Amino acid sequence: MTTVKRRKKLFHLSYEQRNAARGYAFILPWLIGFIVFYLGCLYQLGRFSLLDIKIDATTGSRVDTFVGFANYVEAFTAHATFKQRLTSSLIDMVIDLPMIIFFSLFVALMLNRKFKGRAVVRAIFFLPVILSADAVGSAITRASELMNAGLTAAAQEMQGGGTVSVTYYIQLFGDIALPASILDYIVGAVNRIASIIKGSGVQIILFIAALQSIPGALYEVAKIEGATAYETLWKVTIPMVMPHIITNTIYTLVDRFVTSDVVTLANETYQKYNYGLSSVFSLTSTVATCLILGLIVYLLNKRAFYYN
Amino acid sequence: MQKTEIKTGSWQKFRSSAKYNDRKSRIMTRMKNLLLGIFRFIIIVGISYVILAPVIGTVSRSFFSTQDSINPMVFTIPINPTLSRYTMAIKYMDYLPILGRTILYVIGVTLLQLLTCSMVGYGFARYKFPLKKLLFAFVVIMIVVPPQTIQFPLYMSFRYFGFGTDTVNLLKSPWPMVILSAFGCGLRSGLYIYIFNQFFRGLPKEIEEAALVDGANPWYTYFGIMLPNASPAIITVAVFSIVWQYNDSFFANTFNIPSSILITRKLDTLINVIANAEKINSLRELQLYFDAGVVLVLVPVVLIYLILQRRFIEGVERSGIVG
Repeated sequence: MTTVKRRKKLFHLSYEQRNAARGYAFILPWLIGFIVFYLGCLYQLGRFSLLDIKIDATTGSRVDTFVGFANYVEAFTAHATFKQRLTSSLIDMVIDLPMIIFFSLFVALMLNRKFKGRAVVRAIFFLPVILSADAVGSAITRASELMNAGLTAAAQEMQGGGTVSVTYYIQLFGDIALPASILDYIVGAVNRIASIIKGSGVQIILFIAALQSIPGALYEVAKIEGATAYETLWKVTIPMVMPHIITNTIYTLVDRFVTSDVVTLANETYQKYNYGLSSVFSLTSTVATCLILGLIVYLLNKRAFYYN
Repeated sequence: MQKTEIKTGSWQKFRSSAKYNDRKSRIMTRMKNLLLGIFRFIIIVGISYVILAPVIGTVSRSFFSTQDSINPMVFTIPINPTLSRYTMAIKYMDYLPILGRTILYVIGVTLLQLLTCSMVGYGFARYKFPLKKLLFAFVVIMIVVPPQTIQFPLYMSFRYFGFGTDTVNLLKSPWPMVILSAFGCGLRSGLYIYIFNQFFRGLPKEIEEAALVDGANPWYTYFGIMLPNASPAIITVAVFSIVWQYNDSFFANTFNIPSSILITRKLDTLINVIANAEKINSLRELQLYFDAGVVLVLVPVVLIYLILQRRFIEGVERSGIVG
């Protein structure tokens, strides 16, 4: 007697199709944003690099003229500093990378052990994540320069007659037949120690998280088998941390790139209303960075990994 | 085929006894631990100095009186400390009202980031859909290609926001940042999506299966069950987002966000404002006012960090940020 009311469905979707639709519903806001803002802007960037853009002074409107690859030609043949600044930025990035990775891994290994005052030390070590941010960064850099100047003065006072100097130690290491290139690298690293420490806050966090995720059973096995601490480091810790070294490499390279000289150059050009050239700078430096990144990640990936 | 018995003295006997070995290894470990402790202490103190020296310098100089700043004997501890740098900086930065608006803006943007990025991370972690791999590669591209690359097009798209000729100028307002964050393209959104994705992948699937059997729809499952369980990831992303958004100068400069809602932009002009209003032309003295301004700007964000830092670090460890 009773009529069973059925909800009429316009579409009949299988479980999988419904799930897919839900998945798209969840990522929809980002998908729109990515297509409109990111892909759209990348496309615009490519287009702008082929244009000569002028802002009309009287009306304030934009005047575009298509110039083909003239901007690229200008960047690579006529521009005074672009090529130098690009190569020096890329070289700096690659040089700083192993330093930051080793340093942050070392600090993470140290902070991962239990000792008194660990919480305070951790809080201090992550401070650069907050303080090295760019808005206040310039002020802090200036302050640190002042402090460093004080230090140099103090060091000069301590030197007295000047019989002992840094060059003496450099010579000492040179005398024990350390290759000059390695020596230069070490001296350069010592000079940049402050920037390396400042640049590795997030990396330390990532490495500590990685170390925490290594199952304790592996260490127990190593201990029972009679491995020394040194062997445990190389046979257990490093292989387990290897995938995270890749994550950190990506983060470090991108972080260095954003603050590098060539990005500053692109920004300066952009502020001089030379939009076409600025686009070329951005585009080429990003492509170069991505190539280096891809190469390093590929090389690291070729090493054996353990996943649990 | 005979064993030759070696005669041993009492010392040699003691040396080969278990007691000796026991004691020896105990002393060795203690020595090793002591040396390691000293080594670690020296390194920690050294690195902490490099990190803290500029902070200590800025804080102490913000209390310097003019006499102290020209006295070469004064290095870190002022002889005649003064609070006038702070009263001036607070007055000319319009500190409290602007700080209030800044916090409102930063927290609003952070909430949008949390909402969008957690949803997207969850969608990628739990649902299967066509082109998923390609789309996730786009998330990685967002991490790898910095917004600095697309600065000019971004500027243009908000200078002439809209379709065709019907455009509005959204610069000099917080709207560009709000729109970008709501659509998951804000400051380091790619990283946040990645963090949430890693976290949700680590949660057991049984939770959702139970919810499904009990008749919960996907939105309820997400907002009512999964999100409350994601507090470690939420804390991690919230701290990153608050701190980076507060300190951000790239988007602030690109979109020309007014200094009346962003206190770090006020800091840029502080020196000039004070120099004009107070007729001070000694750079050394202006630097002291600037230091006070820096301290004032940093205090809120350091406070937030200190309050959340324990849960933040635990959250990083648990949220599987490294996957």
